[in-house]
Amino acid sequence: MSKTKCLAMILAGGQGSRLGALTKNIAKPAVPFGGKYRIIDFPLSNCANSGIDKVGVLTQYRPLELHTYLGTGNAWDLDKSTGGVFILPPYARDKGADWYKGTADAIYQNLNFIDMMDPEYVLILSGDHIYTMDYSKMLDVHRANKADATIGVFEVPWDEAPRFGIMNTDSVDGRIIEFEEKPAKPKSNLASMGIYIFNREFLSRYLMADAADENSSHDFGKNIIPAMLNDNARLYSYAFEGYWKDVGTIESLWQANMDLLADEPPFSFNSSWTIYSSNPSLPPHYIGNEARVHNSMLNEGSMIFGEVDHSVLFSGVKIGKGAKVTNSVIMPFTKIEENAVIDHAIVAQNCVISAGAVVTGEAGAIAVVPEGEVVEATDEGEQVS
Amino acid sequence: MSNMMGIIKLDGANSMLKELCEHRPVASLPIAGRYRVIDFAVSNMVNSGIGNVGVLLSANARSIFDHLRSGKDWDLARHRGGLSYLPSDPYDGKPATGDLQGLYSNLDYIQHNAAEYILIAQADCVYNMDFRSVLLFHQNTGADITMVYSKAQDDISGNAAVMKVTDNGRVTDIAKSLTVTAGTNDFLGVYLMSKDTFVKVVSDGFERGGTDFLLDGIIRHMEEYSIFGYEHKGYVSRINSTMAYFNANKDFLNPEIWSEVFMGDNLIHTKTKDAAPVQYKDTSRVVNCLVANGCEIRGEVENSIIFRDVKIGEGVKIKDCIIMERCVIEDNAMLRNVICDKNVTVSKDQWLKGADNYPLIVAKNTTI
Repeated sequence: MSKTKCLAMILAGGQGSRLGALTKNIAKPAVPFGGKYRIIDFPLSNCANSGIDKVGVLTQYRPLELHTYLGTGNAWDLDKSTGGVFILPPYARDKGADWYKGTADAIYQNLNFIDMMDPEYVLILSGDHIYTMDYSKMLDVHRANKADATIGVFEVPWDEAPRFGIMNTDSVDGRIIEFEEKPAKPKSNLASMGIYIFNREFLSRYLMADAADENSSHDFGKNIIPAMLNDNARLYSYAFEGYWKDVGTIESLWQANMDLLADEPPFSFNSSWTIYSSNPSLPPHYIGNEARVHNSMLNEGSMIFGEVDHSVLFSGVKIGKGAKVTNSVIMPFTKIEENAVIDHAIVAQNCVISAGAVVTGEAGAIAVVPEGEVVEATDEGEQVS
Repeated sequence: MSNMMGIIKLDGANSMLKELCEHRPVASLPIAGRYRVIDFAVSNMVNSGIGNVGVLLSANARSIFDHLRSGKDWDLARHRGGLSYLPSDPYDGKPATGDLQGLYSNLDYIQHNAAEYILIAQADCVYNMDFRSVLLFHQNTGADITMVYSKAQDDISGNAAVMKVTDNGRVTDIAKSLTVTAGTNDFLGVYLMSKDTFVKVVSDGFERGGTDFLLDGIIRHMEEYSIFGYEHKGYVSRINSTMAYFNANKDFLNPEIWSEVFMGDNLIHTKTKDAAPVQYKDTSRVVNCLVANGCEIRGEVENSIIFRDVKIGEGVKIKDCIIMERCVIEDNAMLRNVICDKNVTVSKDQWLKGADNYPLIVAKNTTI
């Protein structure tokens, strides 16, 4: 059996509590995005397209829908006899069980899996970001620099830098000199993307040392990277150019969906860098005689009899006659009945917005209807925000 | 464990589908925006619990291999059973001139199968049907052969077989025809019989010089079997002419038919293509259409079926058309009553018009 070059580990265990009602029953990486996808489709498809065919997915919070969705990895061409997708939840041992206590702890608890895969490099990814990236290029740079670790970085506007983990680098070769977590006065505007490539032995050493430290919060950004820097390890940055969005809040999730509706979208779904997903077998959607659809993205299995403008509609959505949907995201199998009004909203899966009901939010305060809800019309119109 | 096995017959040349089926069997014809005609037969079989599906091949079968592949998309990539491809080899040096020879030369495959019953379906029917009801009917009536038909809604031109069926379901006559009048019993190409009966029908027919399963296997031996007719009351369309193809697509612009066939408990499966959701731009104006994923719409489209990955430019006016995969309709082009086969480009400002009762067909890969 040939030695695996690079093993990917996707951290998909988080709740994403800032997504509120949308993650009440499902983990954040399972949240629908872009009319057809789920957030995890992006790192998974990036792995498949980058030639990485061994991917561990670390789950913890409410993983049922995510596990069911991933299946054997077939949809991403990751259903292989040696390799593919491996779902890694926390597990019990002879001396009890431990939940994952932090990003580094999650990887530490799976060192046995990493040993089994026996890779040269370990690529750590989060399951929360929307972007397309060829990880093999980052690996090439890592090897060219003879780095111990390479950290993906992304240029953010200077006034936003205090929100991120900032890497101060040598401008010539990209070597990381300093790492500052959410600095009040940032010395650089290169933010850590939470994408790391480590040499496998090097990573194992630091994870084991960190596990023994009771005072550590077992987090890559807070503990592991600073420890490596402290030892003057060869840490290099890899600058990513392109669209990258953290969709951890209702606002950013809504905005990222709206970004797809620009006349020139930030990345093309129709390029050769396919974003794979697992979807039910539904027919092309039907647009009725009185329907008006503009500036929107629509998926399969939907029936549109009303007005849809500047919105993202998922599969199996029904928009009744006279209904108006604007600036909104309507997730799978939701019914918007006749004359209902939806604006600046995210309506989750399997909801019913009854005839004449009104769900309106505004920029900065997007209305959210959680999974499975039925919203009735009231005399003055139901306001939900 | 299912006690039915399935055989799908790809049919031979059909003169009334000349332009669309010159280089492909009807079974491969793209339909309803994202399917191929064979998807209905395969999906119905799998949804009916049939785990062994043999596809009897005909000429130009490459598109069928490319589409069905291992059968994985229909859950037919199995360790036990699953999808089989049945070539129709020459017999005694002579190539087949009908479907009977192909069935005869594959009798060993059929006999090897443990199923008690065999369901044979022609690959040119568009419908959603659970064949278990046909099996129940077959068992209840004690028939030797059950044939599935529907009552024709309108007059239909094209290859057909009409059946006379008594009130208690007994088939008293079957005749080939080139037209079907409204109200007559139109045979849908679906047969159910025990495997033993099937072997007898095929052997008796072929060994006595027959070439056609229906004609030489069944019609000529009608006296020997009790044949019953099962009426399919749901939507069905047989693709046996260009107009039948055009109308079948248009039928799916009716939300009730669309829902019945595609949105019930049994889904129609097809090869996954990972195309992105449809982008409707600001200048688009779409009414009464079916639009498949991957499309980018900037123009006006009415009463049409738009397949995958089609680009429709600004100022375009499309009405009563079928536009297949990867076509590009450039700015200000106008199309009316046109069927564009795959990968056609209609350049800026070009106008194409077919007749109301006969669409203009643009061949694959053409640039106008």
